[in-house]
Amino acid sequence: MSKVTYDTDKGGYQGKLLLKSILVYIVLIILTLICLVPIYLLFVQATRTSSEAVLGFSLVPSNNMIANFQKLGKAYTKYHGLIGVRNSLIIALSCAGLTVFFSGMTAYGLVVYDFKLKGPMFVFILAVMMVPTQVTSVGFMRMLTNMNLTDSYIPLIIPSIAAPAIVFFMRQYMLSSFPLDIIEAARIDGSNEFRTFITISIPMMKPAFAVQAIFAFIQKWNDYYTQSLVLISGNNNQMTMPMMVQYVLMTRNNADYGANALAVFISIVPVALIYIFLSKFIIGGVAAGGVKE
Amino acid sequence: MATSAQSRIKSVSYAKYGYIFVAPFFIVYFIFMLYPLLTTFSLSVHGNGTVAGASNGDFVGLANFQEILFGTTKNHTDFIRDFKSTIIIWVGNFIPQLALSLLLAVWFTDMRIKMPGKGFFKVVMYMPNIITAASVAGLFMTLVGASKYSVANVLFDNSIKWLQTGSDMPAKCVVMFIQVWMWFGNTMIMLMSGIQGINESLFEAAEIDGASSSQTFWRITLPLLKTIMVYTLLTSMIGGLQMFDIPYMLTDNSTRQLTNLETVAIFIYNKFHAGTEASRLYGISAAASVLLFIVTAILGALVFYVQRDKDAIEKNRKRKQMIKDAKRKAKGGGFSI
Repeated sequence: MSKVTYDTDKGGYQGKLLLKSILVYIVLIILTLICLVPIYLLFVQATRTSSEAVLGFSLVPSNNMIANFQKLGKAYTKYHGLIGVRNSLIIALSCAGLTVFFSGMTAYGLVVYDFKLKGPMFVFILAVMMVPTQVTSVGFMRMLTNMNLTDSYIPLIIPSIAAPAIVFFMRQYMLSSFPLDIIEAARIDGSNEFRTFITISIPMMKPAFAVQAIFAFIQKWNDYYTQSLVLISGNNNQMTMPMMVQYVLMTRNNADYGANALAVFISIVPVALIYIFLSKFIIGGVAAGGVKE
Repeated sequence: MATSAQSRIKSVSYAKYGYIFVAPFFIVYFIFMLYPLLTTFSLSVHGNGTVAGASNGDFVGLANFQEILFGTTKNHTDFIRDFKSTIIIWVGNFIPQLALSLLLAVWFTDMRIKMPGKGFFKVVMYMPNIITAASVAGLFMTLVGASKYSVANVLFDNSIKWLQTGSDMPAKCVVMFIQVWMWFGNTMIMLMSGIQGINESLFEAAEIDGASSSQTFWRITLPLLKTIMVYTLLTSMIGGLQMFDIPYMLTDNSTRQLTNLETVAIFIYNKFHAGTEASRLYGISAAASVLLFIVTAILGALVFYVQRDKDAIEKNRKRKQMIKDAKRKAKGGGFSI
């Protein structure tokens, strides 16, 4: 590197850099602790009895986790960790699948074909990309009530077919890295349009599909707002993970603090595991201008 | 690429597939998003029992808007309080978040600082963003809870009432801290990709010319990051206006009434979701939604303006430069003769 030649000229340049590196590291370590310690403290709380948990915090885990787990099942009549995980999984997985498949399909339609309304349709997608959920939710609830669709998973899952932001991302991805000639080739070989899309373009779009599927999964897993809107009666076997957490937190005044902490901790584990294995994808996706919010 | 004849053939024979491929998106969008949006607009100009003399479903014009913006009822005071809270919490979380993210992004992209474990730090700092907001709220409730032994109370020697009934600024600070905690990693990564998009040779030139780190930052990085920072600002603002989960979780508790934490989104939610069907104020809620929509639409338009601006300015600059060059050439030519 060319820097080396400067080092001799400027006395202390290297020393200054070293000092700066040390400073940077100290800040980074503090931030890392700020990110991780709350989660660790939560884990410790989850292993303690309620009276221990109320009496301050500790860095040493106790041995009450199993008892807390049993208590969660008994004391909180609506809390069933496994059912919550199952329901959230059903919703998040089907949403992620539908979102990437149909967004990919829409993007494919917009990129590959020429048709009259192509321009206006793309402008429409751009325009509605930022409409907040909260704005539509009054009308959404009215519609669900009229159609008798509250307390059903349909309004939680089906709308994920239309995800403007993901269509936009997929379109940009296709424009930059999808060779359209291959479609011509497939046509000449006698493949019909849908087969070309499914057997040729989806495999080629795998990286984009994967990143967007992960984001959609996490987003739906975390989406307390819509879930609490739609599942208005809060039936035990329909409640999702965030709803269960909220239920546990609500009944917090006459409840077990250790068990509370455990309920929150259990809800963090699945996402944290996914994150640990897929962090490279996720961070790459954010950097690629993926999804904010 | 395709000749005009080819593309004409393409447009004739395959156009219908274009419509088929985009049809599911538009059908679902119209049913589940556009129709509810239009319903919201319609509900906002209809009575819901609160407007004197109007029964449910009557057209009341802008009475709902008037009530929440200028009225004398609780709907008005609540809305104004919630709007202020939303702005305060957003500003209080965005400024430190942007400062921190920018500092980290600059450090992470500075080639001169050797930084083993960079990937690890990035992964850890983004992590809070993927945890369910409900869980994050629960996590911080155990840390900042009312118990005099909770972490925050020990740290501050029980001098501040963080999340007790009636807390105002301290409770808002808790939400701001949580928001920063959840989002700084995300903003940092976005800014990093922005910095990496800056032409490497500019930094090299600055280094050769002997610019210090802070000079490089203020004179090169910051001006060139302006677009992406404005984009971050506006998208964060749109997100901030929708803030719901964290304040809602911290508020919604039978023992603590932290009404000072309520945001506009919570206002909307409470008016049409709480209580029984008969007591729900659909009109008020819809009017607040429409106001939120208008503000978001303005911010969204600004996002597009900023995004588009970059190319337009570049083109403009080039055109001016060309005109200048042409003029100078003409002038120079004149002098040389």
